[in-house]
Amino acid sequence: MSTPVQNLEFREPAARAAAAAEELEDLHGQKMVLNMGPSHPSTHGVLRIVLELDGEIITKAVPDVGYLHRGDEKIAENMTYTQFIPYTDRLDYLAPLANNVAYALAVEKLLGIDKELPPRCQFIRVVCCELARISSHLLGLGALALDVGALTVFMHTFTEREKIYNLCESLTGARFTTSYTRIGGLARDLPPGWVEQCRKFLEEVVLNFDETENLLTRNRIFVDRTQDVGVLPKEKAIDYGISGPNLRGSGVDFDLRKAHPYLVYDQMKFDVPVGSKGDCYDRYLVRMEEMRQSVRIVRQCLDMLPGGPINVDDGKVLMPAKQKVLTRMEELIHHFIMVTQGINAPPGEIYFGAENPKGELGFYICSRGGGTPYRLKIRAPSFVNLSVLPDLLPGHMISDIVAILGSIDFVMGECDR
Amino acid sequence: MGALDLANKLIAQFGAALSAPAEFRGEITLVLNDAERIAEVCQCAKTSLGFDYLVDITSIDGYGEDPRWTIMYHLYGYGHRAYLRLKTHVSEEKSELPTVTTVWRTADWHEREIYDMMGIRFRGHPDLRRILMWEGYPYFPLRKDFPLAGKQSAMPDIAFSDRAPLEGGPFVTTPGGKDTIAREPRVRVPETESLATNARLERRQDVKDIHERPEHHSKP
Repeated sequence: MSTPVQNLEFREPAARAAAAAEELEDLHGQKMVLNMGPSHPSTHGVLRIVLELDGEIITKAVPDVGYLHRGDEKIAENMTYTQFIPYTDRLDYLAPLANNVAYALAVEKLLGIDKELPPRCQFIRVVCCELARISSHLLGLGALALDVGALTVFMHTFTEREKIYNLCESLTGARFTTSYTRIGGLARDLPPGWVEQCRKFLEEVVLNFDETENLLTRNRIFVDRTQDVGVLPKEKAIDYGISGPNLRGSGVDFDLRKAHPYLVYDQMKFDVPVGSKGDCYDRYLVRMEEMRQSVRIVRQCLDMLPGGPINVDDGKVLMPAKQKVLTRMEELIHHFIMVTQGINAPPGEIYFGAENPKGELGFYICSRGGGTPYRLKIRAPSFVNLSVLPDLLPGHMISDIVAILGSIDFVMGECDR
Repeated sequence: MGALDLANKLIAQFGAALSAPAEFRGEITLVLNDAERIAEVCQCAKTSLGFDYLVDITSIDGYGEDPRWTIMYHLYGYGHRAYLRLKTHVSEEKSELPTVTTVWRTADWHEREIYDMMGIRFRGHPDLRRILMWEGYPYFPLRKDFPLAGKQSAMPDIAFSDRAPLEGGPFVTTPGGKDTIAREPRVRVPETESLATNARLERRQDVKDIHERPEHHSKP
């Protein structure tokens, strides 16, 4: 039975308009709190963000970190300098080789032997850093593209990362947790044929960069999702202490490899790409170009690679060769001291920052003498880069979060330590 | 302009409040006598000396010393490309100093981390909460008197609240002790003290009750 027409209530137009305005008011007035993460695929690990939403617009974002906190700094105070190297693999686990190098350089600076490293060691370390950068950026870009809807790119970049892992495996014996450096040198020299394998990889990866750029740089959907999204102006980036590709994407021409060259970066010819606007697209372009520059650096290193030893000749810093330990007195003593007490570092404090794929990875070491650091602080670029989120996210749509997070390219292992 | 010149300029500004610059491995360190003036010194370093990038803030626990806490500020300037380390001390009773979030916004998370790990408070910080540990965690884990193995935490909702099995580690001796027993890390005083605290905690009935509640054990 339908309701007779005369029983329906017809309101005056003015009353109807007032009711509609009231309804609209209700819609605007209610804010929703949405929890994102810690196990959300676009948070690349365990980042949690509590969002306050007005419709689909973010009005407030509170990041919550620490889900992967393992107390690395506490652990470091309880072991020798050499024993801590495997823990550095687990900071930025997408670029373990670069972390190994940064940590070794920090301890060498404390010991005052950073200028005495043999040339071959320095060149191999630069190759390691740049391979790590390519690997990390390939993942960062692949994941960014994946999150904004371009699945194919992810497959392309992962194919190349697999080759870097193969190179890591033949170089260090491990694909992921490399622990390749030692204080004052390297765990082992390049295996036979490695240089040729690496050159072959460089030939192939450049083609892959072209393919990736073809798929993304002028892709209408990708450009719409990233341009003018997550704009981080220069002044704000500096104020928040942003470093690495994110800082350069905002237009600051600063790279620690150029500003304070360590290892043999002063002998390398490479350019530092800088963005103009500081949006997600600029950060993408900077990473893309950085990978090409890394290929350039690795090529130069392989061309200039000198022979000679890979370790400093000092039994008080590095373990002596095993055959000497078994036959000679002095080496036996060094071996014993190294195992039980570690390197006897002088009292003092140093800070060393390296240009890692994610930004400035710094180690502050306070030594009071002896084999263990009194305090070791890890200045993690991902931690600092994420602190800008409460400022960067409000005003964007929910779907922009994945583009912004992808373009900031963080790793929670490093952020939480 | 080098870091030493900049440090001298800062000293000229603040006089006896700052120590003479100390150099180690090419790094310049200045010690500020009065922690209450840290924000003022930082503001001056930023605006008149161009230290626009705060790299890091760190704290050190000098367990058994007075003052107990040391706070470090690593400054850098993109213009002159020089590093400077500012250092100040805070006593254990006070455990408080002014925030520098008003100078650099990046200080926000660094100060929260120091509060979380060592329990030093920053006056005027907009949102001083724990950052790496969870809200309501009762200890400050980076203090020297907190054992490496951790302490049993009396929180029913945390899945892993037991101490870590260290199997007798860490196995590093510290040089300089009078005999091998004194050098052995397992007998270091803070560690022993905190183990005793743990033992006391385990005997407490309220903690036991929480851990013996059926819902606590049925958690996956």
